[in-house]
Amino acid sequence: MNGPFAFTLALGDDALVAAQRLAEWTTRAPEMEEDIALANIALDQLGAARLLLSYAGELEGAGRDEDALAFLRDDREFRNCLLVELPNDDFAVTMAKLLVLSAYQVPLYTALADCPDERLAAIGGKARKESAYHLDHAALWVKRLGDGTEESHRRMQAGVDQIWPYADELFAAWPEAPVDPATLRSDFDHTVSAVLAEATLTVPEVGWTPVGGRDGVHTEHLSYLLAEMQVLHRAHPGARW
Amino acid sequence: MSQQHTPLWEVFVRARRGLAHTHVGSLHAPDAELALRNARDLYTRRQEGVSIWVVPASAITASSPDEKDSFFDPAADKVYRHPTFYEVPEGVAHL
Amino acid sequence: MYGNDFPGEDPPGGLLGEVEAAEAALRAAAERGRGAIEPSEDLAAYFAEVVAADQKIEPRDWMPEAYRRTLIRQIAQHAHSEIIGMQPEGNWISRAPSLKRKAILLAKVQDEAGHGLYLYAAAETLGVSRDELVDLLLNGRQKYSSIFNYPTLSWADVGAIGWLVDGAAIVNQVPLCRCSYGPYARAMIRVCKEESFHQRQGYEILHTLAHGTPAQKAMAQESVDRWWYPSLAMFGPPDGDSTHSAQSMAWKIKRFSNDELRQRFVDMCVGQAEVLGLHIPDPELRWNEERQAYDFTQPDYDELMRVIKGNGPCNRQRMEHRRRAHSEGAWVREAAAAYAAKRAEKEKVAA
Repeated sequence: MNGPFAFTLALGDDALVAAQRLAEWTTRAPEMEEDIALANIALDQLGAARLLLSYAGELEGAGRDEDALAFLRDDREFRNCLLVELPNDDFAVTMAKLLVLSAYQVPLYTALADCPDERLAAIGGKARKESAYHLDHAALWVKRLGDGTEESHRRMQAGVDQIWPYADELFAAWPEAPVDPATLRSDFDHTVSAVLAEATLTVPEVGWTPVGGRDGVHTEHLSYLLAEMQVLHRAHPGARW
Repeated sequence: MSQQHTPLWEVFVRARRGLAHTHVGSLHAPDAELALRNARDLYTRRQEGVSIWVVPASAITASSPDEKDSFFDPAADKVYRHPTFYEVPEGVAHL
Repeated sequence: MYGNDFPGEDPPGGLLGEVEAAEAALRAAAERGRGAIEPSEDLAAYFAEVVAADQKIEPRDWMPEAYRRTLIRQIAQHAHSEIIGMQPEGNWISRAPSLKRKAILLAKVQDEAGHGLYLYAAAETLGVSRDELVDLLLNGRQKYSSIFNYPTLSWADVGAIGWLVDGAAIVNQVPLCRCSYGPYARAMIRVCKEESFHQRQGYEILHTLAHGTPAQKAMAQESVDRWWYPSLAMFGPPDGDSTHSAQSMAWKIKRFSNDELRQRFVDMCVGQAEVLGLHIPDPELRWNEERQAYDFTQPDYDELMRVIKGNGPCNRQRMEHRRRAHSEGAWVREAAAAYAAKRAEKEKVAA
C-alpha cells in the first residue's frame, strides 16, 4: 500500500465510522446532558473524518472528494479498524470503545502534529485537542460506572472484556506510514491501565485478537452500517445536496 | 428507582478575558466534575479560552432588593423556591 | 456553530433584529422608574405594576398562583417539545446525503437538546423540578407540540421542518423574548438567536432540492404538501376556541393571539415559497388588498385535536422512544449518583 494515501484513508475511515456510531446515541443517551456530550464527540470525529478524507482524495489524485469516498465505496474498500464498527450495545460498551479509541487517537494525532507532511500535521494539531477531550470524557464515565453500583461495575467490566481484543489491531506495525502505530502502544497501555485501575476494573487477559479492518476484511456489522449511511446518496447518482 | 434528585448547579461563564463571570443558567449533575463538563457542552459549546464556574445551587444565599424579609423568611436562603416544593396538581387539563 | 457554514438569502427577514430589540427593551425597561408601590403594601398591586411597566418578574417575586401554574405548563410544554422534537429530524442523521449535511443536522438536533435544557432550567426557577416535569411528560400528563407526531418520510422533510416548523416556532417564540417572566424571556432570547440558523439550514436544503434533479424537486414539493397544514396548526386553535389566551395576554406571557401569529406566518411564507420555486398547497391562497394580508385555508382543527389527544401517526412511537431512553439510562444515572456519594463520603472521612 502506498503510505500516505492508505494511512490517511484509514484514519479518515476510523473517524467516520466512529462518528456514525456515536451519532446513533442522539435522542437515546442515559441523560439529556450526555446526549449533548456524545453529539459533540460525534461532531469532532466527523470533522476530522472530513479533513482526512478530503486530503486522502487529493493524495489519491483520482478526483474523489470526501463524499465520493464516504458514500460510494463498498465495505471491502473501507480501511477502518474493527473497533469502531462494532455496535454501540449499552452505554458501558460505548464508553469502553471510546476509551480505547481515544487513548489511541491522542498519541496518534500528537505524533502526527509533528510529522513532515504539513497537511497531516495541521489535522493532527487540531484533532489532538479534541481527542484529549474524548479521552477525558470516556475516562470520567469508565470510573463512574466501574466504581458506581454493583450493576454498573458488572456491565463496565463486561464492556471492557468485550472490547479489549479489538485494541490490538490499532497498533499493528506500519513502518512506511507517517506515524507507525506500533510506536504508540506503550503510551496507550499506560493511559488505559491507569483509568481501569482507578475504576476498580481488571485489565482482561489477551487471547483472541481479531484483525482485518486495515485490509478491508471487516465484521458483519460494517456492511449494515454503510447500507444505512449510503442509501440516500446512492439512490440519486450525481445529485447535489 | 429511588427518587433522589440529581443536584442543581448554577453556571457562571467568563466569556472573554477582562470580563467578570456572568450567570448563564443552571444544570443538573451528580458531582462537580460532571457539572463542569456538562456546563462546557451546554453553555459554551466548546469555545476555547473561557472560564466556567459551577456552584451547587444549594450553596447560594440570595437576597433581592425588592423583597421584604417577612415575605420570604422561610426561603431566604434559596436562590429559587426550590424544586419539589411545588406540586403540579393532579388532573389539571393539558398540563 | 454551523450557522455561517452556508451562504445565502436570509428568508426569515429581520427576526434576529426583533430578538435583539427585545433584549434592548428588557434592559431599557429595567432602567425606567416605576410607581412607588412597595411589595410590603400590596403584593398583587406590586406585581401588576411591574408587569405594566414591562419590567420582568423574577423567581423570588410574589406572583399569582395561576400565573406560576400557567408559566410552568407553558415552559414545560415548550421544553418537552424541544426534546421530543429531536426524534423526527434525528431519524435522518444516519442517512444524511453528504458529510456536510450530516454535520449540520447533528449540530442542529444537538442544539434542540440544549434548548430543552435551557427551558427546563427556566421552569425550575418556578419551584418545580426537572425530574417531576420529565415524569409528567413520560406518563402523558404534560404535552409537547403536536407537530412532532408526524413522521419524517424523506430527506426533504428535514428541510421542510427547518423552513416551516422552525419558521412557525420562531414566529411564536420571538414575542416570548418579551415575556413578563425574566428567566423565560432570557431563555427565549438565547433560543431564538440559535434557532435562526435552524430555519436557514432547512430553507437551504429545500432550495438545493428544488433546484436539483426532477426527483429531488418532487421530493421537496411532496414534503411541503405534507407539512404545510400541520405547521399552520402549530399556532393552536382559532382565537375563539383558545382556552388560555386572554389571561396570558393580560399577564404579558403571551403578546399576540394565535390567529395573528398564524397570519404573520402565512404572509412570510408566500414570498419564501416563490423564491424556492415550490407551491403552497392551498388553492384559496391569495392576496387580500383590503386586509393587506393573504387569505388562506385554515388547517383541519379536528385533526389537531385528534393528534393532541394521542391519535396522530407517531404519538405512541415518540413516547415509547423517550420512555425507553429514560428507563435504559436509569442504571447509568444511578451509578453516577452512587459514585458521587462514595466520593463525598471519602472526602468527609479525609477531612
